[in-house]
Amino acid sequence: MIELLVGTRKGLFVLDGEPGSRFAITTRAFVGEPVDYATRDPRSGRLFAAVTSPFWGPRIWYTDGDPAGEWEPARGVALPKGGREALKRIWVIVPGEAPGLLYAGGDPGVLFESRDDGATWALNKALWEHPTRPRWRRDSGGLSVHSIAPWPGDPQRLALAISAAGVWLTEDGGLTWSHGNAGIVADYLPEETRAHAIDLCVHHLERARLQPERLFLQFHGGVYRSDDAGRSWTGIAAGLPHDFGFPVVLDPADPDSAYVIPVTTEDRVTDGRVVVFETRDAGASWIPRDEGLPQDDAYLSILRQSFAATGEGSSLELYFGATSGEIFGSSDAGASWFRVAWRLPAIASVRPG
Amino acid sequence: MATVRLRGQLEKLAGGVPQLEIEAGTVSELLQQLERDHSGLEGWILDERGVLRRHINVFVNGEPAEPQTAIDADDRIEILPAISGG
Repeated sequence: MIELLVGTRKGLFVLDGEPGSRFAITTRAFVGEPVDYATRDPRSGRLFAAVTSPFWGPRIWYTDGDPAGEWEPARGVALPKGGREALKRIWVIVPGEAPGLLYAGGDPGVLFESRDDGATWALNKALWEHPTRPRWRRDSGGLSVHSIAPWPGDPQRLALAISAAGVWLTEDGGLTWSHGNAGIVADYLPEETRAHAIDLCVHHLERARLQPERLFLQFHGGVYRSDDAGRSWTGIAAGLPHDFGFPVVLDPADPDSAYVIPVTTEDRVTDGRVVVFETRDAGASWIPRDEGLPQDDAYLSILRQSFAATGEGSSLELYFGATSGEIFGSSDAGASWFRVAWRLPAIASVRPG
Repeated sequence: MATVRLRGQLEKLAGGVPQLEIEAGTVSELLQQLERDHSGLEGWILDERGVLRRHINVFVNGEPAEPQTAIDADDRIEILPAISGG
């Protein structure tokens, strides 16, 4: 039985089911409120939801019990009081590489850290006060820390992606941060400014678990791979029908693997056909995976947190959701797909529980 | 002192107390004092800048109020989420 945590514009949906058939909705929570992200920490079993209430503002909530029951608001998920900015949204919550350690990324370009399994959080001040911050650019989705990639076994090393402020790296547990943008080409900027651009619109970033110096990222026009822990990047979009997209997913067992869902640059939806592209040679070639996916009149918008994997190798399961309220899944590493759910509110995130 | 009525989430965050008495000269001062008295409410009504959240309405004696609205000792204050839909 697979549990899927689905954040939507109208609340959290928890789905349960067996691969190959429609999943059942077992729980709804935060009914009517935007749930931008939901995940379960596999170490503690604790369930988290990032909720942006139009009334009470953005919060992280958690529960150790039935998701249909009571949730607790986490403390400390806020910017310094009395400043000129307010927290707008939490985009992602990720377990860290030390007991009780978690990270959360949000808008405006902020990282929070928790050392008590997510009950209380503190702002990472080095990133908040970084001298380049005035040059970071807010894109149509905000100024968001949306990707957090810990280094397996080493809590001192972390990579972040910020839209639109590029890739950021720390090797001292977040005390200092450096850029990792070499090789990324922003063709939305004038040519003469590209070499030293800091306002790079990374859409998603993932690290290969078995080869941590390797990362993949989906850019705002381009797909890239890094083999030096994020310091420099090589374009690997050749062979894809479009180089635009939002999420990227990896097979944890294969550092040469990545999955992307290309969408058109013009309208940011699939081009009438829904096709997942898989590489098993680190981006040298791409294999279209469309068996079971809609191939006619399908114009889906698939957001950056709405594609996720569980398992690995030949038993890798993949799930992605669209703002149309449909979810598709694969239990054979993308070789074939089935419909998991439909007629849900617009989907913002999909994560296996 | 003015009487502040809390409902729903705010009542819960204030420890289940549905009605409080607070001394303040304006709505803004009252909301700041409310957060100081009940730390669980911090950030729920005013954001980090001290700005009233956009979709929260404050009523004084049943009339819509602004942060600078003056408050008298016997006034009744209600803090409610705005109407939403569409």
